[in-house]
Amino acid sequence: MSEIKLQIDGKEVTAREGMTVLEAAQQAGISIPTLCHHKQLDPYGGCRFCTVEAEVRGWTNYVAACLYPVAKDLIVRTRSEKVDRIRKMILELLLAHAPDAFELQDLAKEYGANKDRFEKDPSFCVHCGLCVRYCAEVKKKNAIVFVDKGKTREISFIPEISAKECWNCKECFPLCPTEALQAAFVLVKAFTFPSPSLESTPAE
Amino acid sequence: MTRINSAAELEELRQGILSKKDPDKPSIAICAGLSCLGLGNGAVINAFKEEIRKQSLEAKVDVIATGCHGFCEKGPIVVINPEEICYLQVTPEDVPEIVSQTVIGKKVIDRLIYTDPKSGEKAALMSEIPFYKKQMRVLMGNNAKINPKSIDDYLAIGGYSALAKALNEMSPVQVLEEVTKANLRGRGGGGFPAGRKWETTRNAPNETKYVIVNAHEGEPGAFMDRALFQGNPHSVLEGLIIGAYAIGSQQGFIYTRHDTPELRKNVDIALAQAEEYGLLGENILGSGFSFKVEVHFDVGIFVSGESSALMRSIEGKAPEPKPKYIRTSVHGIWDRPSNLNNVETWANVPQIIGKGSEWYNSIGTEKSKGTKLISLSGHVCNSTVVEVPMGTSLKEIVYDFGGGIPNGKKLKAIHFGGPMGGTIPESLIDNPLDFDVLSKLGASMGAGDMLMMDEGTCLVEVARFFLDFLSGESCGKCVPCREGIRQMLNILTNMTKGKGKAGDIELMEELAEVIGAAALCSLGRSVQNPLLSMLKYFRDEFEAHIEKRCPAHSCKALIALEGV
Repeated sequence: MSEIKLQIDGKEVTAREGMTVLEAAQQAGISIPTLCHHKQLDPYGGCRFCTVEAEVRGWTNYVAACLYPVAKDLIVRTRSEKVDRIRKMILELLLAHAPDAFELQDLAKEYGANKDRFEKDPSFCVHCGLCVRYCAEVKKKNAIVFVDKGKTREISFIPEISAKECWNCKECFPLCPTEALQAAFVLVKAFTFPSPSLESTPAE
Repeated sequence: MTRINSAAELEELRQGILSKKDPDKPSIAICAGLSCLGLGNGAVINAFKEEIRKQSLEAKVDVIATGCHGFCEKGPIVVINPEEICYLQVTPEDVPEIVSQTVIGKKVIDRLIYTDPKSGEKAALMSEIPFYKKQMRVLMGNNAKINPKSIDDYLAIGGYSALAKALNEMSPVQVLEEVTKANLRGRGGGGFPAGRKWETTRNAPNETKYVIVNAHEGEPGAFMDRALFQGNPHSVLEGLIIGAYAIGSQQGFIYTRHDTPELRKNVDIALAQAEEYGLLGENILGSGFSFKVEVHFDVGIFVSGESSALMRSIEGKAPEPKPKYIRTSVHGIWDRPSNLNNVETWANVPQIIGKGSEWYNSIGTEKSKGTKLISLSGHVCNSTVVEVPMGTSLKEIVYDFGGGIPNGKKLKAIHFGGPMGGTIPESLIDNPLDFDVLSKLGASMGAGDMLMMDEGTCLVEVARFFLDFLSGESCGKCVPCREGIRQMLNILTNMTKGKGKAGDIELMEELAEVIGAAALCSLGRSVQNPLLSMLKYFRDEFEAHIEKRCPAHSCKALIALEGV
């Protein structure tokens, strides 16, 4: 693996080929905030909170640090007026769903996000996918999944699998950034009212 | 069918097919495009078959169900060959008369031919009808001549000769160079040079490469790819095989919608016939080049037409886009180099190889070459598919081909490119159809779908409609797209209900900036485009809604508030 030199916040950083900007920054002691990132899991790029400015040959682009690969002569700016605006807006959008999540509240203070900017729609879930991905990648059970698409996308336990797997595991509960009890609620709901999206549709 | 092993054998077969065809033999070509079928053409086709049988004319007259002829507004359309007499709005009751008067008697039935709505002039021949006369139907013109279910019909009009030329007389690099020289730009929306894309995949370091036809066409108001692919599937397939040869791919995919059974039928038949003739499979035309094609269906979500989502879908995964920090032309399906072009782009390839890049460059504008299929819909007299040279003025498209705006109303705006496109006002319709001109105006051409809107259209409602569509058709993975759409949709819905408030427009602009910069995929980064273009040209209309007025008198809640 060859070494790659790049610049993050004005500091020259050496990284290995194949590393992401987030990994290179962490290694150099530069912090980039994340929401859906987890060390044990594959990078996901869903929350976009780690968005940074990446400049290549004079062109600036906004990229997710958790996925963007390091490259020679890449210039990264982890904070800028626009990056902060993006993060503030992401927080405000998520706080409409989970206004009481501690992690979001802490970040809201840092970025000056207003938790009441958007009409409340307290679904609690911010779709970070930590529970879903943990179950798929670490436990390899797929007991909890995303169902549906677009604005109706939600997490749901698969009753048939969770009935066997979940009671003795529950390792995904503490991963939830909004409310640990949330997962328990979704689990119970799945048993009581399975998601209509999971019901088999009649063959055409 | 016997396998063809060389270009010479292909020519022999073609001559054999042609010698069996009597050019003077009457044939009845009935449009079986989706629109005409919807208008009851199935009954017309059956009536013709029945009438021919009754009069024992089976040996003397051919009846063919063809692909879309265009001019859908006047369907069902029937063309009597060899004279090319074109009858419009044909019903089963007209059939006995058409057979006895025109097919046998060679007389034109006056009431069924085209009458110009303004001048009252009549036109009996397809080539005389202004709608067809002014078009340049390089890709669509053959639709009315062939049965899309018959490879022999395609061979009879010179089909697969471009493939024979490419395989026999040209090296893969020469084919690639010809396409590059032709300046063919992707027809799916991006307008990216096809030659450059092909070259990237060709040069990518992996032995296994894929070529893909994007036949997803999911945006509301786009139906030209389906008309072309269903009506002339071999033209797209021939382009794909030529492209695979140039790129060095042995495996192709056709990705299309699960809910277009008529298209599926024609594509399946085309693939089976091409394979039987040896135009697909091992050692095509004895050239040593082998190539196979598989058909894949979507799972019913708009975002699966996005290239990285489409490729994941082919892999058998959920169609969620991947960030394209590494291009799909290098790391696509199963991480292998994958070249994706849309239906119309592929269909241009045999034309370019057959007639040369010089010919192709003679059509169009400086940077947009060739013809473009346009599907017209909305407030326009002719909802239809037309094919025009690039550079044709938008005005001509709307008034000459589209027949203008119905019900005596005035044109207000044109929307291009569906839910990720943009709107331009009527005052700009003297501009030409051109990738770069349109994107400079803030309305990317998209796949070529033009939606006409008359003065009674409320653009706040149209912006709301597109976001409503997207709210259910995005994948929902990333926050800016999922939540941004949700909030913009909320604001616009409130505006149409008289609940708009000061600051709404600025908030939407702020959301648009974040979505455009931070969303994960190209769909996410374009969802704000319709709204932004409408704010650019019609900001006062949005401001009026905040003052609880709908200038177009379209939003019911606001009309009630105004007490009109």
